[in-house]
Amino acid sequence: MIMVYCEQRNGEILNVGFELVGKAIELSKNLDGQVTAVICGHKINHLAEPLIHYGASKVVIVEHPLLEKYNVDAYTESLYQVVKAENPEILLLGATLVGRELGPRLAARLKTGLTADCTNLEIDQESKLLLMTRPAFGGNLMATIICPDKRPQMATIRPGVFSLPQSNKHSKGEVMLFTPRLDEEDIRVKVEKILQKVRKHKDITTEKILVAGGRGIGSKEEFKLLEELAELLGGGIAGSRAVVDEGWLPKDLQVGQTGKVVRPKLYIAIGISGAIQHLAGMQESECIIAINKDPEAPIMKVADVAIVGDWKPIVRRLIQKLKQTMKIEEEKIS
Amino acid sequence: MRILVFAKQVPDTTEVKVDPVKGTLIRDGVKSIMNPEDKNALEAALQLKDKFGAKVTVITMGPPTAEAILRESYAMGADEAVLITDPLYAGADTWVTSMILARTAQIIGFDLILTGRQAIDGDTAQVGIEIAEHIGIPVIAYATDITLKDDTVVVTRELDNTYEVISTKLPCLITCTKDLNKPRYMRISNIFGCFDKPITILNNSILKFDKNEVGLVGSPTKVKKTFTKGPKVQGTIFNGTPEEGVEVILSKLKSEKIINA
Repeated sequence: MIMVYCEQRNGEILNVGFELVGKAIELSKNLDGQVTAVICGHKINHLAEPLIHYGASKVVIVEHPLLEKYNVDAYTESLYQVVKAENPEILLLGATLVGRELGPRLAARLKTGLTADCTNLEIDQESKLLLMTRPAFGGNLMATIICPDKRPQMATIRPGVFSLPQSNKHSKGEVMLFTPRLDEEDIRVKVEKILQKVRKHKDITTEKILVAGGRGIGSKEEFKLLEELAELLGGGIAGSRAVVDEGWLPKDLQVGQTGKVVRPKLYIAIGISGAIQHLAGMQESECIIAINKDPEAPIMKVADVAIVGDWKPIVRRLIQKLKQTMKIEEEKIS
Repeated sequence: MRILVFAKQVPDTTEVKVDPVKGTLIRDGVKSIMNPEDKNALEAALQLKDKFGAKVTVITMGPPTAEAILRESYAMGADEAVLITDPLYAGADTWVTSMILARTAQIIGFDLILTGRQAIDGDTAQVGIEIAEHIGIPVIAYATDITLKDDTVVVTRELDNTYEVISTKLPCLITCTKDLNKPRYMRISNIFGCFDKPITILNNSILKFDKNEVGLVGSPTKVKKTFTKGPKVQGTIFNGTPEEGVEVILSKLKSEKIINA
């Protein structure tokens, strides 16, 4: 059986949970076909249904008042008890910041291995082992990792790496309530305060179109042109690590190995040379257009369309042309 | 107060390149550095030392050449340096590494352990958290601010959509991010002295693991294969006037149905 830990926040399951259920179903075809989704929290019974619709054969609802808010001590112990009771062959977690804290603590308690931030998962046809592929050396090298003897085989996967599966309202599955044995004393770290981040931008991992800028843009002010282009196309803006380090864009908008992994329908890379760390975060985009003055820049090698030249006159003209096209559209409608 | 800082020597991955013909990593001439966020951990330890007084011990595991980052730690102001090195430990994964570091911490003794959030060669962010679990102490990951009052630490940290303020009692382990502080430079006076300071060497005759528990053999995870990504099929490269370039982009946007034809 493959178990997927599906993180919920304020009564909503994060998309990465559904993505992993989808991938687990695919993997389980080479195993026993069973996929168990696990959710932790307090008063979260309503969350089982969407997971069944996405194809989980069983949902374990781990219910306890001490699980109302995420806490690494309470969540590790609860998941440990669930894993001991259910004995999964494989355990997958989303590599959110919460998953990347919970995963190692749980793996160490289970005395098993954990492979972080996988970008591909497969089942070896012969050994039936999970093949976990992840980037190393800042994305320069890919490594396929196995966990031959210890169980479960554990992996974390970044949000957006796998696509969202089809949901089917007629799917059926088993729902089980699990009450962990938890004591107030088990919880040694106390969450004193939670502050919501104020976001000016949408989450770049969910944008269909991204206009991304690199150091070649030149300054913070010049990003206004990129914002204008993004707005015309109905997308958002993003940037490379260099522009985030310069303080031109907030960290939330960073694409790459140490930022977010994105796979939009369209990724326009402007003034980004395409360090391997950046490519690791965007090369699965459906269509890549790159504008760069250096024809030899690595980004030009992964682009579907690579335009060599000074970005500013090109983007200015592109904005102007798009506005014209839209105006014609509006006139046609009216 | 005794503070342990676990640091790792890593290749500067921003300089690692892939040989386009052979598809292998070119590591020659790539310099080794102290993992950047481990330096933030050391800085945090030194700030606590400046404020409250503490003995700061920097510990690394690796080949004998990893001594370089311990000398650097001395030059920044560390009080003591420990190198864990044993051929038996080669090839250890995060689980085994954290076991070895946990036992080392227990032998030396501590009130607080600081580590970087993650190392730039592996980016796993596992070792610090796993050390805490092996020892059985609380962990707070991704610190962006640390304050200490008596035996209580209060840490601010950044999660995906929130900031959390978390408190716990010593002893505990905190993993540090680059937003926590700006590491100090080495002091000239310390640089002269740092080469004369002693480095304690720990090997398996002291840590006493069974040889099947450690190194590649003891590691739950094994590398089955490594590869570099082959280059993607080259798309269209266009080198002309901005006007022509824009036409190429517009026709692509139309064929991808992003704008209407």
